Amino acid sequence: MTAKRLAIIAGHGTLDAAYPPLILATTAVAMDMEAAIFFTFYGLEIIKKGKADKLQVSPIANPAMPQPVPGISIPNIVGMLPGMTAMATGMMNGWMRKANVAKLSELIKMAQEFDVKLIACQMTLDVMNIKKEDLIDGVEVGGASTFMEFASQDAIVMTF
Amino acid sequence: MSQNYDLELDCKGLSCPMPILKTKKFIDGMEVGQVVKMTATDAGSIPDVQAWTKKTGHELLSYEEQNGVYTFYIKKTVGE
Repeated sequence: MTAKRLAIIAGHGTLDAAYPPLILATTAVAMDMEAAIFFTFYGLEIIKKGKADKLQVSPIANPAMPQPVPGISIPNIVGMLPGMTAMATGMMNGWMRKANVAKLSELIKMAQEFDVKLIACQMTLDVMNIKKEDLIDGVEVGGASTFMEFASQDAIVMTF
Repeated sequence: MSQNYDLELDCKGLSCPMPILKTKKFIDGMEVGQVVKMTATDAGSIPDVQAWTKKTGHELLSYEEQNGVYTFYIKKTVGE
């Protein structure tokens, strides 16, 4: 069986968690598939107006984070100090620019151009007191059955 | 032997997934039978373009790597 659709659940709002859903969904459309991303809980941050390029990397509980100075291992607990999240994010953004990786806002624009279905989870909008107006234009608001209806037909499902 | 082509697309300097997304958009605007010469510097270009042509049905006529620049000749074989 050949899958015709890619259905993704984006549940995290960190910079590193926001890339894979957008990269894979746009690539799926480029490969003649249909794609949808269901944004829930912190994943909603990705599609808040003006937020995509301000997402951060968390150095806490992230032992895989490369060290700022190669060869010098900094204890993970240092990540709890004020300013460390901003520092880790700055480092990551620097690496991304160096590798010329597209900004998240560019990938979102591409996703919309490619007709990737962007679904904001109604229930978590209510829980987190986020209004539809807080989200970028072109996002559809729906619940679990909106996502499952899409995912139920020849789909690959991924969770991030 | 040099490969003939109709159009050129420069994806140099772009990282995954942009070369593929741009190629897709570009080929959508081409006529069936036309050949595009696409250049990229993304190190994953060869397997990615191979996978993309395999999935979409467009034909990868040939490719080469020279000094970190990958050149692909892709023929549009499938219409909308």
